[in-house]
Amino acid sequence: MDVAEAGAPAATHAPSPAHVRGGGVLHVALVGNPNTGKSTLFNALTGMRQRVGNYSGVTVERVEGRYRDAEGRSVAVLDLPGTYSLSASSPDEEIALGVLVGRAEGVDTPDVVVVVVDAQNLERNLFLASQVLELGIPAVIALNQVDAALAAGIRVDPVELTLELGAPVVATVATKGEGLDLLKQAVNRAAALPPASRQFELPAEAAAALAPVEACLVRGGFKPQAAGMEALRLLAVTTIGAHLSHVQGLAEVVERARAEVEAAGLTPRSLEAEARYGWIADVVERVSTRTHTGKKSFTERVDAVALHRVWGPLVFVLLMTLVFQSIFTWAEPMIGWVETLFSALGGAVGGVLPEGDLRSLVVDGVIAGVGSVLVFLPQITILFLFIGILEDTGYMARAAFIMDRFMRSVGLHGRSFIPLLSGYACAVPGVMSTRTIENPKDRLATIMVLPLMSCSARIPVYTLLIGAFIPSITVAGILNLRGITLLAMYLLGTLTALGMAAVFKKTLLKGRARPLIMELPPYRLPSVRSLALSVSHRASMFLRKAGTVILSLSIVLWALATYPKTRPAPGATPAVAQEQQLANSVLGRMGHAIEPAVRPLGYDWKIGVGIVASLAAREVFVSTMGTIYGVGSADETSGDLRAKLQRERDPRTGALAYTPLVAVGLMVFYVYAMMCMSTVAVVVRETGGGRTGVKWAAFQFAYMLALAYGAAFIVYRGGLLLGFG
Amino acid sequence: MARPLSALEPGERGKVTAIGGDDDAVRRLMDLGLIRGTTLELVRRAPLGDPLEVRLRGFMLTLRRSEAEHITVE
Repeated sequence: MDVAEAGAPAATHAPSPAHVRGGGVLHVALVGNPNTGKSTLFNALTGMRQRVGNYSGVTVERVEGRYRDAEGRSVAVLDLPGTYSLSASSPDEEIALGVLVGRAEGVDTPDVVVVVVDAQNLERNLFLASQVLELGIPAVIALNQVDAALAAGIRVDPVELTLELGAPVVATVATKGEGLDLLKQAVNRAAALPPASRQFELPAEAAAALAPVEACLVRGGFKPQAAGMEALRLLAVTTIGAHLSHVQGLAEVVERARAEVEAAGLTPRSLEAEARYGWIADVVERVSTRTHTGKKSFTERVDAVALHRVWGPLVFVLLMTLVFQSIFTWAEPMIGWVETLFSALGGAVGGVLPEGDLRSLVVDGVIAGVGSVLVFLPQITILFLFIGILEDTGYMARAAFIMDRFMRSVGLHGRSFIPLLSGYACAVPGVMSTRTIENPKDRLATIMVLPLMSCSARIPVYTLLIGAFIPSITVAGILNLRGITLLAMYLLGTLTALGMAAVFKKTLLKGRARPLIMELPPYRLPSVRSLALSVSHRASMFLRKAGTVILSLSIVLWALATYPKTRPAPGATPAVAQEQQLANSVLGRMGHAIEPAVRPLGYDWKIGVGIVASLAAREVFVSTMGTIYGVGSADETSGDLRAKLQRERDPRTGALAYTPLVAVGLMVFYVYAMMCMSTVAVVVRETGGGRTGVKWAAFQFAYMLALAYGAAFIVYRGGLLLGFG
Repeated sequence: MARPLSALEPGERGKVTAIGGDDDAVRRLMDLGLIRGTTLELVRRAPLGDPLEVRLRGFMLTLRRSEAEHITVE
């Protein structure tokens, strides 16, 4: 980083007319505490014109939008992650601070900052607001949720607050769109106003001790005012932050300042909080009145049940059952529609194109490949709708509160529970939903074990094998052996996921136990618009990113199964011709090639082909076996395929090729093996993308394959030794 | 009488006299307004006994027993 670049933030923050820069576009950043209605305000300002991406190098979501002001000028709005302070102690906070001081890669430094402040919670919200004001960027305070505050007996005077803070305050109700025009006007004028500054005094000794830190920051390119705020912040934090890595000699100066502050009998880590909250208490006293309504709030009454010792877990289990059931049952017909649509499309295109490789590529490769991605869409949509509702109503924090003790026993956080549970439906949305976990190591551990939860794509494999090889025997009077086998597969996956999480947290992802310090926000009605936006963001993110990877891999798989061409034997039925083609294709040869590797597990080359083909998606195993056995379009309930599997004999020994023991071993293999391109693609993306993401996904693939092979080996060989099979 | 926050009974209130423990946790608690002199109320414990729900400055906060042990109230 050279000197000219380092000086850039100071230059862009100079009080020049804001609209001059960036081709007439005014850049506005929205900052605020979580649960202040910040995103609702953002949606109300920008409507549907939004773009969701990531900040470079981190999986913090970057949401941008635009609006036109009364004079027709374009205003670009960046919705910064919700944060309680500028301490930069989480990735979210680091991004927020980085953007505000002009140090976030690839982000325009804002011309104006809108600080969203919840009128119901003025004290805590003013902590962040006053920190932002001290950075010296033109700022406007949106005093939001004034209606809810009034209902709770809290009245805040915006004019008084303007005078106290030295920055314009506009009262808003984002959910009803009230105050938006005034807010837009204030944003327009803010750039011309003198920047706000610190409104309270530090103890003289502390101010003196901080002066060298400020000087050091100014030399590093900070403008004097922002340096004052940064210096005070640095006194209390343990890590300096990536955005300051270019400032020479900062760590030493900060260390000296800390020692001096301590020598003066003050506590460095509580200095800022005590000074700032002390001042805020006085401000709140002067600008607001509070009439106690005396009765319990709606949230308190709901929580008396939802967090109750007995009713709380019951409500939680009921809600989770509802979510889980609906992912399965509601998605089922929609998955059917997608499948029908794509087979109709394939049929239509197949009717138009002439017979040959092109038709096969388009129908069996492209259309079938895209279809295999789109079948995930219903589950993703439903899961994210529920996660959105749980998040927006405020229940998600309660779920973490209830589950934290349990999840901590395997080294995870309460927030990991719902993503793991989602894994039963599909690992793809599960991995995507780990974004609600703040701590990167917990998040990574959750992602790493999530595909061990038996997802719905394993059901066809389980159903086929159980139906063919597990006898329908009644056990203990009421239970069926088939049902018990299915349950055992689910339990095996779940227990292994929890166990592996504990292993990862103790080894690879070892770190200090992170504190769970979390607000339980008041319950709110979710806004339909915000829900629709968040669901469509997730869905399109999945389609764009995973879709490209899966589409190309589908084409590769198609080619492997199609070439080289085999001329069908004279008089062969189409089914037999198809079987011969597959057996001689590259894919078929790969099946033969891996036969020595899968022999110890009791599999022949046919299962080898099934495993290779289903690397892309587990359920492909069933249709591949159908092709090999010439059953045509097989599915898991196909009695024909089951019968053929049962009768199959080893050509060398003449004994039955597949026994119940082989089937159980194969199911265990599918419990553990990471055979899903969509999940791999999403894991690459969610673990940082690029080389880092590929590294994590490869590691995950490898460890799961090792588990799968090892467990299947133990089941099969152990079973033989015990005389089964 | 000074005692750790974790020893309060649901419904009991106290005034913070000292905060200790892990730097990150302390920093976060202070950002949220949990500093010396703040009045806290222990609202409830989670069904499994941990974490705790605490009311301060008009909002609800959860923290684990391990953090609450380092917060002294009276």
